Amino acid sequence: MLRKLSVIAAVAGFLAAGVAGPALAAHGALPAKKVEWSFDGPFGKFDQAQLQRGYKVYREVCSACHSMNLVAFRNLGDKGGPFYDKKYPNSNDNPYVKAIAKDYEVADIDNETGDAIKRPATPADRFPAPFPNEAAARASNGGALPPDMSLLAKAREEGPDHIYSIVTGYAAPPPGLKMDPTQHYNKYMAGDLSSYWSGPKEHVPPGGFIAMAPPIKADQVTFDDGTKATLDQEAKDVAAFLMWAAEPKLEERKQTGFVVLIYLLIFAGLLYASYRQVWKNESH
Amino acid sequence: MTAAAGGAVALAWPFIDQMNPSADTRALASIEFDVTKVGEGQQVVVKWRGKPLFVRNRTKAEIAKAVADDGASMKDPQKDADRVKPGKAQWLIVGGNCTHLGCVPTFGGGEYGGWFCPCHGSVYDTSGRIRKGPAPKNLIVPEYAFLSDTKVKIG
Amino acid sequence: MSGHSTYEPKTGFERWLDARLPIVRLGYDSFVDYPTPRNLNYWWTFGGILSLCLASQLITGIILVMHYTPSADHAFASVEHIMRDVNYGWLIRYMHANGASMFFIAVYIHMLRGLYYGSYKAPREVLWLLGCVIYLLMMATAFMGYVLPWGQMSFHGAVVITNLFGALPVVGESITTWLWGGFAVDNPTLNRFFSLHYLLPFMIAGVVILHIWALHVVGQNNPTGVEPKSKADTVPFTPYATVKDGFAMSVFLILFAWFVFFMPNALGHADNYIPANPLVTPSHIVPEWYFLPFYAILRAVPDKLMGVLAMFGAIACLFALPWLDTSKVRSMRYRPTAKIHFFIFVVACCVLGVCGAKLPDDQVIPGVTTFQLMASDLNSFVWLSRVAALYYFAFFLVILPMLGLTEKTLPVPDSIASPALSHPAAAPAEATAAPEMKG
Repeated sequence: MLRKLSVIAAVAGFLAAGVAGPALAAHGALPAKKVEWSFDGPFGKFDQAQLQRGYKVYREVCSACHSMNLVAFRNLGDKGGPFYDKKYPNSNDNPYVKAIAKDYEVADIDNETGDAIKRPATPADRFPAPFPNEAAARASNGGALPPDMSLLAKAREEGPDHIYSIVTGYAAPPPGLKMDPTQHYNKYMAGDLSSYWSGPKEHVPPGGFIAMAPPIKADQVTFDDGTKATLDQEAKDVAAFLMWAAEPKLEERKQTGFVVLIYLLIFAGLLYASYRQVWKNESH
Repeated sequence: MTAAAGGAVALAWPFIDQMNPSADTRALASIEFDVTKVGEGQQVVVKWRGKPLFVRNRTKAEIAKAVADDGASMKDPQKDADRVKPGKAQWLIVGGNCTHLGCVPTFGGGEYGGWFCPCHGSVYDTSGRIRKGPAPKNLIVPEYAFLSDTKVKIG
Repeated sequence: MSGHSTYEPKTGFERWLDARLPIVRLGYDSFVDYPTPRNLNYWWTFGGILSLCLASQLITGIILVMHYTPSADHAFASVEHIMRDVNYGWLIRYMHANGASMFFIAVYIHMLRGLYYGSYKAPREVLWLLGCVIYLLMMATAFMGYVLPWGQMSFHGAVVITNLFGALPVVGESITTWLWGGFAVDNPTLNRFFSLHYLLPFMIAGVVILHIWALHVVGQNNPTGVEPKSKADTVPFTPYATVKDGFAMSVFLILFAWFVFFMPNALGHADNYIPANPLVTPSHIVPEWYFLPFYAILRAVPDKLMGVLAMFGAIACLFALPWLDTSKVRSMRYRPTAKIHFFIFVVACCVLGVCGAKLPDDQVIPGVTTFQLMASDLNSFVWLSRVAALYYFAFFLVILPMLGLTEKTLPVPDSIASPALSHPAAAPAEATAAPEMKG
């Protein structure tokens, strides 16, 4: 019986591996550097201090070009979020969140005159986008569209590892690589450089071109908790923050899952016992 | 009997035909496009009738390559000159959907210097003609006309 | 199999109801007193597991519709609204998304079990055909459901699959336009897919009822393939089968929960978290894992129409199976050669699945270049998929029809209760021929 179950499990595992595995091979790019995240594994949790630092990087660096349309200010104060405070179970009351929101201006309509106005944001508002529309975003970025960041960590095969690797993966282009001056070479960017490469065919450099210039350098952000702002640290923190933005219910999911699995294991055990009991006198 | 059958068919038709394109969808808009925006060796993707359209400003080498291959064996033989407007050989305007299953091919892949479709590996040359892979037809050349030297009306 | 009803109404109300609508009697006869072969193994628990999957998909699906907006402009955001703002929305959506995969894992095991133990043979052809109809409906439902979040994979998956019909000569283009409701996959397509995605599961439920009805008419097959002959061969469904099914379901639920809570996106594609963009196709577009073998068959054929026909032919083989297998012996337990071919078939399906996920021209053995054949290197996934696809079709169209006529089978037991043969010399063909007459 157990042997058969292990066959089933093996089949399922094979299917999972067979599907997840090949998709990782983005052509040409180096596989992302593996980071040990606090939110990895079945008991993983976000590190609140890291999320706060990551938010600061987003606020001061990324948000100049990248929108985060799906995230509202109130989310920052939700359970598991960077500014969660037990005293304010309703994140809309969280003074810190209110203060952050107030710094932004959002478009609105004046109720009396009907004029388009700008007003300070409230925790219920979403992060306003840096550009009014896609065309404007492209026009300001040499034709490239900075992707929305709300789901970025889930929309890339290697998740936060990929974001961390891209931010830290810029390098001088190897001699022999023909490139547009508006492009930048990144070892972790997906792409196929063979048609831009004049060197030997079997040594096409890994990676691809990315329109974004290296976005951040060491000490560009001053962390409030005194953590030294190395490039590595900043990249990790912002990647963790983006993972939270993409999957804010991760902690709740893993904690619930733990309880559900315990319950199911006990339940399966009880059923197995009753199965043995019922079939005790039947040869089969 | 026949009347009943005829009635049933007549009743069925509206229920089938409702799935065909509705009046507002059929009211196809044509677009005008200023080709000066496309630098030599560049391509711009325009959305037309919900689908991408490639407007490509071909280099001399690309045109020469396409013309040189006119005699090569092809699935859907067509001369390069028949795929562009006379005297405007540098402007190649083709539908941006692979004729196999409709994915959007990317330029610069494949061994013919043209487009490569990531879905099932169809390879098109610099004239958008199918050279390898499962696609049956060349990239479609839509109906278009040059209104002036720089302005083109598609559709 | 279904003998006289042994249901005895106990209370006055039950007697009153039984005289007017004997629904309790139906349930009792079908799920309590129903005689079940005593030798069913765990592969037989997947029928119950599948009912559980269907129920789970229906319930979570109906709940998701309460929050989802079927519109090209709002679909993506409404799914994220479910994930972020709806109370426990993340749980219900992940259950629904992973539930589809679980459903297919279970249905594939269920089908392979039927294939191995000859559950499609007389008198169970209609039972098998109904199962094939359910499988087809499941595929249609799963495909349309995957379109609804309106991400990049949703959109381009819809483009590719609807374009398959464009391969048909003459009418192809009209059919795709009709399916799209426009000149490209767009809002009308999303809306109709939503409508059908809601409808088809109820049709599945209807065909499941027919499937169970047909099952109860002919009775369950069992690992020996020998029909039950006496009371000693069977046990009552309750408690014997219910407790075993229940245990198997709980184990299956552990697997399900593991995916939902700890790796909810492992079976999906990252690109589907990017909103649909008709102007860019993701660089690596593949269908969901459960369609990969068919996708590999599609790509294995270099011609568009032939590829589409081969893909649909692969499914058509399943429908024809009861008449393709000529063997008189039902269970492959007693068919040593067929058994080997069965396992090769399973491997071929898995190989096709892997090929479907790879780029056609990628090398199977990295770094080895052989020679070009039909415009592809022999050491490529497209060639591997051609070999596997050839075996897939040969299994149904050549091996099963031929093998039944030539294979030397092992002796089949007289009855389920006497696996030790009372007459080891008995000809296996006769041993199964008799019970078939019984119906």
